[in-house]
Amino acid sequence: MEEKVTNVLLSGVGGQGTILASDILCSVFHEVGYDVKKSEVHGMAQRGGDVTTHFRFGKKVYSPLIKYGDVDYLISLELLEGLRYINWVKKGGKVLLNQQEVFPPAVNLGKMKYPEDVVGVFKKYFNGHVYAVDGLDLAMKCGDARAVNVVIIGAFSKFFDIREEIWEKNLLSHLPPKIHELNLRAFKAGRGAIS
Amino acid sequence: MQKILQGNYAIARGAWEAGVRVACAYPGTPSSEIIAAMSEQYRKDVIAEWSPNEKVALEVAIGASFTGVRSMASMKHVGLNVASDPFMTVSYTGVKGGLVVIVADDPYSHSSQNEQDSRHWARFGKVPMLEPCDSQECKDFTKMAFELSERFDTPVLLRTETRVAHSFSPVTLEDRKESTLPVGLDKKEAPKYTMVPIYVRIRRRLVEERMKKLEAFADEFKYNILEMNDPKVGVITSGVCYNYTKEVFPQYSYLKLGMAWPLPRRMISEFSRSVKKIIVVEQLDPFLETEIRAMGIKVFRGKDVIPSFYELSPEMIERSLKGKRYKPPKERINAEELPKRPPNLCSGCSHRALFYAIKKLGLFTFGDIGCYTLATAPPLNAIHSTICMGAGIGGAFGAMKALGKEGLGKCCAVIGDSTFLHAGIPPLMDIVYNKGNSTTIILDNRTTGMTGLQEHPGTGLTITGEPTHQIDLEELVRALGVKQVRKVDPYNLQETMEVIKEEVERDEASVIITANGPCMLHRREKRRFEHPFYTVLTENCRGCGLCLEAGCPAISWKEVSGEDAITRDGHKRKGVVQINRVQCPGCGLCRQICKFDAIVPGKA
Repeated sequence: MEEKVTNVLLSGVGGQGTILASDILCSVFHEVGYDVKKSEVHGMAQRGGDVTTHFRFGKKVYSPLIKYGDVDYLISLELLEGLRYINWVKKGGKVLLNQQEVFPPAVNLGKMKYPEDVVGVFKKYFNGHVYAVDGLDLAMKCGDARAVNVVIIGAFSKFFDIREEIWEKNLLSHLPPKIHELNLRAFKAGRGAIS
Repeated sequence: MQKILQGNYAIARGAWEAGVRVACAYPGTPSSEIIAAMSEQYRKDVIAEWSPNEKVALEVAIGASFTGVRSMASMKHVGLNVASDPFMTVSYTGVKGGLVVIVADDPYSHSSQNEQDSRHWARFGKVPMLEPCDSQECKDFTKMAFELSERFDTPVLLRTETRVAHSFSPVTLEDRKESTLPVGLDKKEAPKYTMVPIYVRIRRRLVEERMKKLEAFADEFKYNILEMNDPKVGVITSGVCYNYTKEVFPQYSYLKLGMAWPLPRRMISEFSRSVKKIIVVEQLDPFLETEIRAMGIKVFRGKDVIPSFYELSPEMIERSLKGKRYKPPKERINAEELPKRPPNLCSGCSHRALFYAIKKLGLFTFGDIGCYTLATAPPLNAIHSTICMGAGIGGAFGAMKALGKEGLGKCCAVIGDSTFLHAGIPPLMDIVYNKGNSTTIILDNRTTGMTGLQEHPGTGLTITGEPTHQIDLEELVRALGVKQVRKVDPYNLQETMEVIKEEVERDEASVIITANGPCMLHRREKRRFEHPFYTVLTENCRGCGLCLEAGCPAISWKEVSGEDAITRDGHKRKGVVQINRVQCPGCGLCRQICKFDAIVPGKA
């Protein structure tokens, strides 16, 4: 196993399932033998605020927080929340965006504009490493808009050489049985979205 | 077996493995999960309970300890302020069964009213403090804390902070070991447990002796760890700061203190002699640094460059220690200019309706601690002071005393149901006792909302969901002597405004309790609204923006131009509002605000 620690920053809006997504990553990478650490801020997260979790894996992980500018993979469940962390991504890092816009209060009130062409801004800096997925559409086609996070995890899984069963097993272990089938569909839809 | 655990879950696990029998807490970020996990996973072996406040939680744990069982209380940093009274004295009595107090700091105030450094409590209260850096240490140190508590006859503090409490990492699980101490009360032990002056003086001396013994022990303590690498620089640090610093300066030598108090003086002296320069890295105050300097040791770098406020991070430590040599990563955009996404009251929240009424009445609102504190943010701007749990009631009373009759109709106090039961009863008693005339509004959402919907004595259920006596807030308030008690439906805007206006103008103590306004996240007590959602009749909307003043996340503004810039009846407009159907639960507040009949019930 290489010494280097890999840094994954997940961002989104409270209620989108960012934390659950990072829980799944944590168990997958732990199962395949890595040391893992994950850190999140919640407490006020369910009330529409921004949510970020730092997930790190490697031979030995010290800090639960990623160093600013050191992100290898940025995953965002919402475009503005992705853009907010663009400076965190290292040169050559990969960016996975769910193409969904959730307006923050200042935009709702007409006081500020929602940023335009977020995907384009990312492409300017990370050309060839930006993956934009319409997670909401795929989730709804699978039967529930709330499965967006699992769609995105599915897409992310394509970046790694880890067997699909391991992803699926750890995905299901975090979910109640009655939504297993739906989430397996969502996971596969996400995997299919990345060629 | 290894399992990935959150720091708080690892603490619960450690306490369970250590044979803890009684564990109490009042929820508070970032500590709430400890007792929740204890009840969820270990209720077979452990009596885990929500207490009405932290002082009670600690007192219950102390009583249990006096019988010989292992017990604990957990709280957030400001919770220990509430529990400080028993805490400062249980240091004198010592314990019988191991007694551990978990205190969770919140640097950067992610979810708190201040960012105090709890390490001072260890020095102030003369008790040892352990400081874990990850989940494995959370578990190991909690177990160790029980052992030290019994061995040195002292309560033990275990300090975490957001990045330890709310981080996840692998933990090796072990089995539970029951304590072998005999259980029972012994009247002959009165001199140890009764802190009246003659006994205080005996215990006081013992406390000093205990601290001397602990100081000697600290030099042997297995979790004070020396790591010799490059002898040029030696870092003295503790908790998560060790992880941050190790991340950016792996080449340095380290003295990692698992025990933040008392300090291993011999180890520190020896370490300082074996390296060329000493750097002290710690979160918040220069606690270690001050002590190390007082030992006559030269500290090369510490709080002269590392901030003593907000939260540290690997980047912050690297930046501070490298100074001009630090090269920041390239900035691609100015992220500060992006629209922020502060937490907001949920759509449909009963607090929004009530605060909209307060805003319209123009009152100065003494707030309290809970979700409703969010009403201070624009556009509601309806809370004008927040200090601590319970302070709103006393604050409004004090302001009214100072203003005299001039104050009538100008201010009120608001407090949540859980917070009221935590710390609101004595100040309300005071208003009646000292003939005050202020108005207290109890925002009864049937739960402890902000920390994640925990039960409390007003919900009628214990932590396990077992039915129990349910406090009737109205009866309680009347028993305190408040004659003027009224209930309002917060979703009825006109009635709510009338009632609040009458009560704040009344020259008599009064209480208003919101009725049928359960937390929107509360599954058990969901309120059924008349309509499933509301929608905008765009042709009627004048774009006046009045409804936007409620700050509902479901309502947004859209600019219009050309043909659209005119209403059906010929009024010019710059934009229209729209309601997000998915987010709208149909509370109907916006419909009551709209003066142009532009908001109407939607059909499912």
